[in-house]
Amino acid sequence: MSVGRKFSSFNLISVALGIAFLYLPIVILVVYSFNASRLVTVWGGWSLRWYAALLEDSALQEAAANSLLIALASATAATVLGTLAALTLTRLGRFRGRLPFVAMLYAPLVMPEVITGLSLLLFFVAINLDRGFLTITIAHTTLTLCFVAVVVQSRLAGFDRTLEEAAMDLGCPPLRTFLTVTVPLIAPAIAAGFLLAFSLSLDDLVIASFTTGPGATTLPIRIYSDVRLGVKPEINAVCTIFVAVIALVVIAASILTRRAEQRQQVSAYY
Amino acid sequence: MKARSARNRLSGRWLIAVLPYLWLIAFFFLPFLIVLKISLSQTAIAQPPYTPTLDLAAGWTGLKAFLGGLSFSTYGLLAQDDIYLLSYLKSLQIAALSTLVLIVIGLPIAYGMARAPGRTQPILLVAVILPFWTSFLIRVYAWINILQRDGLLNDALRALGLIAEPVAWLASDTAVYIGIIYSYLPFMVLPLYANFQKLDESLLEAAADLGCPRWKTFFLVTLPLVMPGLAAGALLCFIPIIGEFVIPDLLGSSQTLMIGQTLWTEFFANRDWPVASAIAVVLLALLVVPIAFYENVRSRQIEGR
Repeated sequence: MSVGRKFSSFNLISVALGIAFLYLPIVILVVYSFNASRLVTVWGGWSLRWYAALLEDSALQEAAANSLLIALASATAATVLGTLAALTLTRLGRFRGRLPFVAMLYAPLVMPEVITGLSLLLFFVAINLDRGFLTITIAHTTLTLCFVAVVVQSRLAGFDRTLEEAAMDLGCPPLRTFLTVTVPLIAPAIAAGFLLAFSLSLDDLVIASFTTGPGATTLPIRIYSDVRLGVKPEINAVCTIFVAVIALVVIAASILTRRAEQRQQVSAYY
Repeated sequence: MKARSARNRLSGRWLIAVLPYLWLIAFFFLPFLIVLKISLSQTAIAQPPYTPTLDLAAGWTGLKAFLGGLSFSTYGLLAQDDIYLLSYLKSLQIAALSTLVLIVIGLPIAYGMARAPGRTQPILLVAVILPFWTSFLIRVYAWINILQRDGLLNDALRALGLIAEPVAWLASDTAVYIGIIYSYLPFMVLPLYANFQKLDESLLEAAADLGCPRWKTFFLVTLPLVMPGLAAGALLCFIPIIGEFVIPDLLGSSQTLMIGQTLWTEFFANRDWPVASAIAVVLLALLVVPIAFYENVRSRQIEGR
């Protein structure tokens, strides 16, 4: 930290305004989910009635269960594939076919979702795969594995290879070295990648809309069809729960990555 | 020498590439070929709703009949009807203008974050990342609460006596811009912050010592140094905004028809798969250059680390 750094009032104001801009709409949404009145503009006192209304809505609960299940399955698959992809990029050097691999891996980061969704759907139709739970899971795995790869790759880039070499010089076989030395060291990044994939899958509307089928309505699809009909206090309540869950996931992920950094600093003292 | 001998023992290490490589070919590359193929087909009232379909059982003759049935007529349709050209242009206009605004408001925020006291920086970072992970859909929906006719913005403005009648904020270009800028702000701030943090403050001090005014230092020293982050952030916003669907659909009107919505309508409402595919192919062709540029910026940043 350099001494010359000054946190001027201009800096303070721009950060404060930025954070306020990012959070104000969400805070308003959360506050109004506890509004007793049905009218958005009228504050009718604090109430949990919209949360109670959610307990009655079995279709909504089913959509939430679908979303959680798809997020769990696709995040697991994406974590395995994304970690392997990150290892491929950091450990195989400049192998033939690296360029198309990198292009395919990173393109989904910026690719408009309508294109990804449309292409996957047309592919599923072409191979005659019934649309539903499985197709959304495959689509979300494809979308999120690149995010896992990015997170794990940045961890592997700052990785101390001598630890692996030491293990192998002492006669540890490669697979066992990988499982007992490498994996524990990159585990926090793998966990953070999993959580990121999980929350992205939970959140996705566009790709899920393309690849869904009968009986596989996810929570965002349901929320979207409700929102098109206008603001309803019940949606405020669903969204508040949704935001709370994702906030917990993100905070857990940031604690995990922080712990990983501390651990690496500790290992630097040896 | 020792490192090399250890590495040689991992002769089967290329196996780790097989699974992700095959997955990406199957679920990323092949689907694009199919989009390309269907964009060359014609709409039909059938299941699937296009012709020709490839009949592998018919062997060589089937393949010949299939190839003979392909045509560029759908692309001709795109060129004839103004609605496609207009929605491409509208998307470009909205993406360019919002990216510009994002740069202007992202720069001071990222700069302020990088100058904040060391202890508060991780907290600010999580604060910016948190909405980026929170549901896109919900964050757009939150603005409907605020912008609708009897919403909070009109209430606040009326209470302040600034307006007499409620303003129709929703279903306008303004609402789409607000929604986009709000949703994409973290994508702009994060890469910029990473660059500002690496910025060598002694360069700024040197400029100040030599009598350079602060605004001039910003344009001549600071801005060139954070250019990689600025380019990454701008592309991370510009490319997905072009294909944006949720924001214009929920906050915009029929006047703000972006290409993502046109594709969506062709596919879901009109069930015209060839036209939807052709729109996707043209959109991708337009985005190839910015995407290649983005990957270039990205890889240079990783190697420069």
